[in-house]
Amino acid sequence: MQLEKFQYDNRIVRNFAYATILWGVVGMLVGLWAALELVFPKVLNVQPWFNFGRIRPLHTNAVIFAFVGNGIFMGYYYSLQRLLKTRMASDILSRIHFWGWQLIIVAAAITLPLGITTSKEYAELEWPIDIAIAVIWVIFGWNMFATILKRRERHLYVAIWFYIATFVTVAVLHIVNSFELPVTFLKSYSWYAGVQDALVQWWYGHNAVAFFLTTPYLGLMYYFLPKAANRPVFSYKLSIIHFWALIFIYIWAGPHHLLYSALPNWAQSLGIVFSFTLIFPSWGGMINGLLTLRGAWDKVREDVILKFMVVAVTAYGMATFEGPMLSLKTINAISHFTDWTIAHVHVGGLGWNGMLTFGILYWLIPKIFKTELYSRKLANAHFWIATLGILFYAIPMYWAGFTQASMWKQFTESGQLKYPFLETVTYLKPFYATRSFGGALYLVGALLMVYNIYKTVRQGKLVANEDAEAPALEKTYQQHNGEHWHRWLERKPVPFLVATLIVILIGGVIEMVPTFLVKSNVPTIASVKPYTPLELQGRDIYVREGCYTCHSQMIRPFRSETERYGEYSKAGEFVYDHPFQWGSKRTGPDLAREGAGNNRKTNTWHFNHLDDPQAISTGSIMPSYSFLIDNVLDTSTTRAKIRAMQTLGVPYEKGYEDKANRDLAIQASQIAATLHNDSIMVPSNREIIAVIAYLQRLGTDIGKNKIAGTSNK
Amino acid sequence: MQVVSVLIILIAVSILVAGGFLVAFIWSVKKGQFDDDYTPSVRMLFDDTPAPDEESSVKSKQS
Repeated sequence: MQLEKFQYDNRIVRNFAYATILWGVVGMLVGLWAALELVFPKVLNVQPWFNFGRIRPLHTNAVIFAFVGNGIFMGYYYSLQRLLKTRMASDILSRIHFWGWQLIIVAAAITLPLGITTSKEYAELEWPIDIAIAVIWVIFGWNMFATILKRRERHLYVAIWFYIATFVTVAVLHIVNSFELPVTFLKSYSWYAGVQDALVQWWYGHNAVAFFLTTPYLGLMYYFLPKAANRPVFSYKLSIIHFWALIFIYIWAGPHHLLYSALPNWAQSLGIVFSFTLIFPSWGGMINGLLTLRGAWDKVREDVILKFMVVAVTAYGMATFEGPMLSLKTINAISHFTDWTIAHVHVGGLGWNGMLTFGILYWLIPKIFKTELYSRKLANAHFWIATLGILFYAIPMYWAGFTQASMWKQFTESGQLKYPFLETVTYLKPFYATRSFGGALYLVGALLMVYNIYKTVRQGKLVANEDAEAPALEKTYQQHNGEHWHRWLERKPVPFLVATLIVILIGGVIEMVPTFLVKSNVPTIASVKPYTPLELQGRDIYVREGCYTCHSQMIRPFRSETERYGEYSKAGEFVYDHPFQWGSKRTGPDLAREGAGNNRKTNTWHFNHLDDPQAISTGSIMPSYSFLIDNVLDTSTTRAKIRAMQTLGVPYEKGYEDKANRDLAIQASQIAATLHNDSIMVPSNREIIAVIAYLQRLGTDIGKNKIAGTSNK
Repeated sequence: MQVVSVLIILIAVSILVAGGFLVAFIWSVKKGQFDDDYTPSVRMLFDDTPAPDEESSVKSKQS
């Protein structure tokens, strides 16, 4: 056996580490800004670019794909080379991956504040960027598999299985969810509509959590936690079982985001069963992580890196206990649409992803710079400040969520709703303030780390190419008798890739294909008609401004909701909604029947409310949309939009695209006329007219003939 | 009617797949396949550093 000499590429690791730190700080800063907007709505909502609806997607995309994303790649490039005893297959591909990913992040940071968005949560980026993501992702995967193929270590360590599953599943999720029809260069419509769109979106959305925030970080945990503790993982056996179980079960869990919605009941039940079952493989991972430190807990007292990792794994355990609980219908009926969800994701985000990233950075930077960490004391301070920050963030949000849900459901003795919606919002202001304080603490901790790492880097020198040596891999492998079947997979990355792909596809296909093919799952309602051109344009502005970040359009079948918002939402009402706008959070009230029944307001009310929400609803925390009064509606896109909708199967009559702008002008002048009657002299060609048209249309269709024509063949 | 048949297919496939995993797991435990599932977890701890003298010789060659 020949001993071969080679070098690990540390420069790529350093680059991803710097990017992780940079985007981490940026993402947290944007998050803090958004949090403070709910406390000081009039000051911080600098319209239109920094309104909450545009900033919130920027925050979520920045922390998920920029902070955690770069963190994943940092850990991958460091651990993959060492676990496989080889340099990355191609330095050029590594570099293209790095710069491509950063360019995508910059594109996101520019387009989202400009209102260029698909409105699908955590997939808001428009189609040209979606294509760029797919290309860069494939380059990353190609490099990874080429590296696996030229490895000097036959066994694939458990971390690598998680890396492979992550690559494959994210690719599938991204491609399926990003099916969209381009209308213009930076505008597209989702291929799916209504219920189907919602199912695909939350199949993606939940698995973004599963395969972007969880499986890659479990892989990192399986490498960096044993390394930092210098102890083998508690149980390798457990890691095998929990890996397969986790990827198989996770893919089914999406529908728990749509409980009590218009999604077919069987899909909801399926989602619940698998979401609940998830606690077993999830806790398998947590137990495996924590028990790795068995008999070495004294180290945790002294080693700040282990402290970060222990809190991370503990937070993972708490979040994955809470997740299955929140997927139970009884609990979800309380938690959904409230700040409880926000608390839940931040225990995962700040606790699991954030703390593990910090721990890895503190461990890895001194290693590749051949030096010691500049200050353990500062790192310790960071640890305590960050931990306190998580508590100050999560506790008020749990409290706010539970309180608001209780207020929404409260009836007086005479059977009336006790609290108007606005009162349930103003009550939460102190909680929002405390949460912002918690977020600020967490950011301060991260800034301490920036200084600490800067000093560490200054006192060391990057070992750009780290020497290593290992025997060459034998060409032919002797199969031992009675060997475990799993070992065969471990040695063969390509069959492993295929096996992983099959396992994750089963879940997705079984849930989605019947929903698309079986007509009875989406009963059509005869009175539901496509949007008028003006309403369609207004809807696109609603999408652009990210109204869905605070307003749901999904009335659940509870008395407390039907009393407040009207008849519960039916699947057939959303068949022309490309994309769906059900939302996931009610910082403001539900808008599904904004134009119908008791909810209906006058055009003048909407105009004044969009212009200055606080003037109409004292204490409202909604941003002002007065710029819609000045913006002239771009009607040059109407033709392309109608054509696109026709392609997607929306039944506009043939040739309607040529008449659309005429109808649009007529409807706009009607609305303008009602405003003129109230002495609001706004021209009919303004964006606000289109938004009012859309809001007044919402939920009105089924009232027309009392849900007649509901077919369920 | 269609919804019911979809559910039956769904449950059948789920049970088949889940059962397959269970059978494979029990089979592998009975065969003693997990007996040597310890060394990889230990080996990953040692792969970083080349032998000291080798390291210095490589370095001198490069510089």
